Amino acid sequence: MEFRKHTLENGLEIVAECNDAAHSLGVGFFVRTGARDETDEVAGVSHFLEHMLFKGTLRRSADDVNREFDELGAHYNAFTSEENTVYYAAVLPEYQAACVDLLADIMRPSLRDEDFEMEKKVILEEIQMYGDQPPYGMDDKIKELHFGKHPLARSVLGTCDTVGALKVDQMRSYFQSRYSPGNVVVAAAGRVDFDALVEQVSEGCGTWSALPTSRELPRPESAPSFRLVHRESTTQQYLLQLADAPAAEDADRYAAKLLATMFGDDSGSRLYWELVDPGLVEAASLGHYDYSGAGMFFSWISSSPESAKDIFQRVVELQQQAEENGFTQEELSQAQSKVKSRVVLGSERPRNRLFNVGGNWMQRQEYRSVADDVTAVEAVTLDDVYRVLSQYPLTRSTTVTIGPLEQWG
Amino acid sequence: MISPSKVQSRTARSHRLENGLVLVGEPTEGMQSAALTLLVPCGYSVDPAGRLGMSSLVCDMVLRGAGSRDSRALVNDLENLGVERAESVGSSQTSFSAATIASNLHEALSIYADIVQRAHIPENQIESGRQVCLQELSGVEDEPAQRLMIELRRRAYPEPWGRPSQGTSEGILSCDGSDVRNHYSQHYRPDGCILGIAGLFDWDSLVEQVEALFGDWKSEGAGSISDSPIDVGSSHIEYQSNQSHIGIAFPSVPYRHPDYLRAWTAVGILSGGMSSRLFTEVREKRGLCYTVSASLQTQRERARVLCYAGTTAERAQETLDVTFAELVRLEKGVSQAELDRLKARIKSGLIMQQESTSARSGSIARDWFHLERVRTLEEVGAKVDSLTSTDINEYLEENPPADFTFATLGPTPLRMPTSISSNKEESPADGIS
Repeated sequence: MEFRKHTLENGLEIVAECNDAAHSLGVGFFVRTGARDETDEVAGVSHFLEHMLFKGTLRRSADDVNREFDELGAHYNAFTSEENTVYYAAVLPEYQAACVDLLADIMRPSLRDEDFEMEKKVILEEIQMYGDQPPYGMDDKIKELHFGKHPLARSVLGTCDTVGALKVDQMRSYFQSRYSPGNVVVAAAGRVDFDALVEQVSEGCGTWSALPTSRELPRPESAPSFRLVHRESTTQQYLLQLADAPAAEDADRYAAKLLATMFGDDSGSRLYWELVDPGLVEAASLGHYDYSGAGMFFSWISSSPESAKDIFQRVVELQQQAEENGFTQEELSQAQSKVKSRVVLGSERPRNRLFNVGGNWMQRQEYRSVADDVTAVEAVTLDDVYRVLSQYPLTRSTTVTIGPLEQWG
Repeated sequence: MISPSKVQSRTARSHRLENGLVLVGEPTEGMQSAALTLLVPCGYSVDPAGRLGMSSLVCDMVLRGAGSRDSRALVNDLENLGVERAESVGSSQTSFSAATIASNLHEALSIYADIVQRAHIPENQIESGRQVCLQELSGVEDEPAQRLMIELRRRAYPEPWGRPSQGTSEGILSCDGSDVRNHYSQHYRPDGCILGIAGLFDWDSLVEQVEALFGDWKSEGAGSISDSPIDVGSSHIEYQSNQSHIGIAFPSVPYRHPDYLRAWTAVGILSGGMSSRLFTEVREKRGLCYTVSASLQTQRERARVLCYAGTTAERAQETLDVTFAELVRLEKGVSQAELDRLKARIKSGLIMQQESTSARSGSIARDWFHLERVRTLEEVGAKVDSLTSTDINEYLEENPPADFTFATLGPTPLRMPTSISSNKEESPADGIS
């Protein structure tokens, strides 16, 4: 296992974890752009643009792009988050060159008018699909309530209104301002030929001209609140909670992950034994999500509407207990075993390592091996967890509940 | 030039215990993990008619203490061993899967030996188990695509093969503690049980361990299942949503059938990869939906191709018509170029499967269930390599997609395609049902 990196003259960075024992490799273009970089006028453009990158280039039609990925036997996809847009593929080593050529080419899309209008329909379908599923857009709503006007509160999908009104020229100028080489990291993991990778990326991206890009990183100022949203047609009552948490650059993020595991993992945690195991709820979990400059503890609970209020009460009591008395060494050791095992099991697949290598570079310009992560998890103490909980109390949460209930209490 | 990747030569070994349990293992050097898949012959197909969901309830209850461990100790010990686990109930089996660091395999295995042979099924937790199952059923109510597919499967298979694995709330509420214990002792049995293990381990000592852990397990014997027709009812479910959900099914051949590979690749050309027909025609050319897909779902003796599309109500009719037209067009054959692309995807899929012990343990256990032997990835690779479009087209000509079953869920019913010839569906003249 060897870490290699290289920077092209135009600022594009290439990082890779090379493992000769792997059978395949994963390669991805990580672009530093997402919902947090949008304005109200173009809400949803990052995600829409992600779709448009598969719609053809000067050299390739949309059909060519899809067909060529399939000809390489690639397992490929793309996703957009609040802060990154990632295009990736897992292929056999003999297809590295062809795969990088294709990925690099689609990063300079044609953005044709007719493709834009056709794909808009698909995006609108996607928005409607999520609108029909729990939590019915409340995951966006709660960020907005908690973080107010902070960029991280923006919705990745946008709405039917904002996407419907979007013009192709707006997308073109957003693309110009965000897909500059300094905003792109090419990451790879598995059986990578790194020297060849550098050549292939230079060939595909070396002529891209660098434009200045920037991202605003205002300090998040959160204001907890409570909101009940009535939705008659659902069966269950859904309860979401959002609290502040350590950010991506914060060393306490490992303690935060272990805290979330002890309190709200989907098995063996306090929420599990109190609520899931006795069948009081359909689901109850707590997760930690970290971004540049901010983090979130996110709780998700679904139960019958009749018991929702009691359940909520109980969750708050459990949070208070944890804040007052912390956790036990037994709980911590169990969570550490679980998290370490997940790290190791996940690392067997190059495409999983790809997200780790690319993600670490995007967020912190650092490489972390599997052993580094295991060591960091092992080093967390009960005091660390207690400190995180004091600094980021779970009881200081914004709560949104949606379901058949018309009143709360 | 780098030479093309080859599927590694690995040999799976098997060992049958006297009580009928079959161990299949694929030891692999160079992995840090080991994974197990334990298939127990307790699927939803053996749920008693008035107690649908029984196998699902039993699956929940067996984790509430077994052997020397109570409920909490059992879950905590698995977690302390770093076991990533999952349980599911299928048509013929309950599947327990677990992956962990290789050195913890033996201890994890001994806990699973307790779960399947010495579960406590504590009376004072039956109500909790029932509530867990009921919560799951309530959750499904809010997932329109999942509800639609449950209805499609119910309509497409004879009883009891198209049941929802979660059962029904009436069924769950009818199960008491003694029902659960009886069902457990009758269907958690060694004959018909398959244990697949992949990853870093030594075969000879594994055989010894498995003999010691499972060798004394006795069977009570179980009855057989007979198929019966179902009451199809209306094909439309009224549901308040933005999107309409469309399901289409047609019969195909199961995994053990000599034609399976041909049938499966034909479905791969329909759906799999972004250049596949459904994705191209329904989404890329017309922008009708975000999700459209088809897959061949195989049971041991029967199989169906299940197709799904979700789209806003006003475009649902067109989506149904275009999707259906693609299924019918399959009869006209596939091109060699389409097949070559699919072969490239299959080959890389096979090679990447080698990188996951969980995927391999599941795959070898299921192979044994369907074939009573394990096909090596090499063997599958060679078979796929030798396929030509002529092979597939001959199959499609003799077995064109037919006997379609439909289901829809959404704000308005749809008009079923007129070219259908099916004895299961209402006649086309009935139109909207």
